Amino acid sequence: MENDQPLLSVSDLRKHFAVKAGVFSREVERVHAVDGVSFDIGRGETLGLVGESGCGKSTTGRCILRLIEPSSGAVTFQGTDVMRMDREALRSLRRDMQIIFQDPYASLNPRLTVAAIVGEALHIHGLAKTRREHEERVVQLLETVGLQPDHMRRFPHEFSGGQRQRIGIARALAVEPKLIVCDEPVSALDVSIQAQVINLLEDLQEKFSLTYLFIAHDLSVVEHISTRIAVMYLGRVVEIAPSRDLYDTPLHPYSEALLSAVPIPDPTIKRKRIMLQGDVPNPIHPPSGCHFHTRCPIARPDCAQRDPVLRESRPGHWVACHYRG
Amino acid sequence: MADTLLDIRDLKTWFKTDDGMVRAVDGIDLRIDRGETVGVVGESGCGKTVTARSVLKLIDMPPGRFESGQILWQGRDLIPLAADEMDKIRAREIAIIFQEPMTSLNPVYTVGHQIAEVVRQHEKLGHKQAREAAIEMLRLVNIPNPAKRVDDYPHQFSGGMRQRVMIAMAMSCKPKLLIADEPTTALDVTIQAQILELMQEMKERVGMSIMLITHAMGVVAETCQRVVVMYAGKVVEEAPVEALFGNPRHPYTQGLIRSIPRVDRSAEQKHRLEAIPGTVPSLLQPPPGCRFAARCKYVMDVCTKAMPPLKEAAPGHFVRCVL
Repeated sequence: MENDQPLLSVSDLRKHFAVKAGVFSREVERVHAVDGVSFDIGRGETLGLVGESGCGKSTTGRCILRLIEPSSGAVTFQGTDVMRMDREALRSLRRDMQIIFQDPYASLNPRLTVAAIVGEALHIHGLAKTRREHEERVVQLLETVGLQPDHMRRFPHEFSGGQRQRIGIARALAVEPKLIVCDEPVSALDVSIQAQVINLLEDLQEKFSLTYLFIAHDLSVVEHISTRIAVMYLGRVVEIAPSRDLYDTPLHPYSEALLSAVPIPDPTIKRKRIMLQGDVPNPIHPPSGCHFHTRCPIARPDCAQRDPVLRESRPGHWVACHYRG
Repeated sequence: MADTLLDIRDLKTWFKTDDGMVRAVDGIDLRIDRGETVGVVGESGCGKTVTARSVLKLIDMPPGRFESGQILWQGRDLIPLAADEMDKIRAREIAIIFQEPMTSLNPVYTVGHQIAEVVRQHEKLGHKQAREAAIEMLRLVNIPNPAKRVDDYPHQFSGGMRQRVMIAMAMSCKPKLLIADEPTTALDVTIQAQILELMQEMKERVGMSIMLITHAMGVVAETCQRVVVMYAGKVVEEAPVEALFGNPRHPYTQGLIRSIPRVDRSAEQKHRLEAIPGTVPSLLQPPPGCRFAARCKYVMDVCTKAMPPLKEAAPGHFVRCVL
C-alpha cells in the first residue's frame, strides 16, 4: 500500500564539512554536522526537529532538499531516491518539497516586488499559462496567507517581519508542495506575531493536507505544532516520540534537561530544573561513544566507549541511551 | 521612600529622524526598590531597551534627546548630571549587560585585561593584583580553569561563557543595580538556565537589584518579583508577578500571555494560540488614544480619543485601560 509508506524517509544521513587550512587549502579537520540521522515523516504529519545551536537540525533540513549535498545516507521521497536525482529531477522534486527560512529579511530578494517573488516559481514550473492566470494565482496566494491583493506591487522592505514571513509562505505554497521544511520560521518574530504565523501554518496544513518538517530551537513552539518530535544533539537524533509523550515522559537525559530548562510563563509553578554543566562540545571533535556523555548526569564509564543506537522503548517512542528506556 | 533606588518619572526619550520625531519612550514611570528584580517586558520597538539605556545615558544625542522627565537615582536626577559624574555612577553603582556580549567586549584585548580595567577604575590596585582580582571574578561566575582562561580573547569563549565574562565585569564594581538587557536571548535554553541561575546567585551575594529587560514571558515568570509591561513607548500594566500572570488586566498583557505555546499543559488543556491581530503602531505619529486600540478586541469609542491614565486597579497593580 502506497499510503502506508512514509512520505519522506531519511536514513543514516551524514554531512561532514571540511575545515581547510594552509596554502593548498588541505582538509585538516571535519565538522560532523549531521552524523547518522534517520527518521520517517508520514503524510499530513508534522515532525518537529529540536536541539540547540550547532546540533545539525538546519543542515539536516537542507540536506533533505539537497540545498546542501549530503556526504552519505539515503533520502527517499514518495518512494524515490532523492540522492540519485539529476538536476532535472531535482527541479521537479522541488515542486513537491519547499522550504521556509528563519530570516524573512534575508530570504526575500529586496529588488523584486512581492508579485515577482511569489510568482517566480509559477514561471519556473510553467504553472500559469497566461499573464492573467498568473496574476490571479498570485492574488489568490496572497489572500491565502492573509495579505492584501494590493500588496503585490510593493517591495519586501515595506513589510513588517510577520508579513515578510507570510510572503515567504506564499512563495512556498505557489507550487502546491506536499512537504514544507520550516526552518525556524517564527524565531525572528515577536510572540504576538509568532502566534499569528503558527496559526496560519496550522490552517494551511489542514486546507492543503501539507506535511511539515518543523525545525526550531523553541521547545514550546515545537510541542505545540508537532505530531511527533525528534531531539537532536551534536549531529545525532537522541530521541523520537509522539509530541505529548516526549513532554510527559522524556527518556533521554538530554531531552529531560532540555525540557526542564524551558521557562514556564506561570510564576506559581515551581519545578526542579536539571542544570546541565558546561557547553555543547565542539562538533569537530565530538566526544567518543555517546556524544552526550560529557554532560550527562547519569553517564557511566562505558558511555564513552559505546555508541548508543536508537531503539524502540515503547511503541513509537525511540531513544538512544544505554541506560534509559 | 528610603529603599527606592531608581525612580523614573514621566521619562520621554525621543529620536529625531528624517521622517520626524520617533517617540520611542513616551512618558514612562518606573520604580525599582533595593533588592528587587523588576522585569520590563514588551515586543520589539516598545521602548524597553531605550528605557534601560536612558538610565545610564547611553543614548546617542543627537539623534536622541530627553524630551522631559526625571531619572532619580537614590533621589538625585541623572539627566542634568555632567559626564564625569555619570562615569562614576556607571563604574560603581549601575552596571549593564547586553544581549550580544561579543559586541560589548573588545576583541583585541584579553578578557582578563578588560575585567582588570574595570576593577582598577574603582580600586587602586597594581597590575598583578588586578589580574588576581580578574581571575577571582572569573571563578565567581563559574568559568572553568579561570587562571588559564584569563589570558584568552573574547572570540575564544562560547556565547554563554562570554555572557559570564560580561557578568563578571558588571559584578566587579559591586553595583547596586544591574540592568540586564535581553541577557539570554541569544543563548540556547540550557545555557539560558545557567545564566539566569548565575544572575540570581550574584544578586544574593551582593544584594543588588536587577532590571531585567526581556520579551520572554517565561523568563519573567521565573525570575522577577514585579513586572512592567510596555507597549509602543508607554507602560500599559505594572503588577507583582503573581498578579500579572494570574490576573492580567490589560488586553495587551492578556493577549501576550495567551499567545505563548505552553509545554506544561496537557493535550486536553490545549487550544489554538490566541494571536493578537495586526502590528504595533508607528511611533512617528502614534494614534491619539490608547496605542493598543487598533489591535484590541474590546475597543470602544473612547479608546481612540484620549490616552487612558495608568490607574491602580488593585494594590500595586496598575493598568492603563478604561475597562
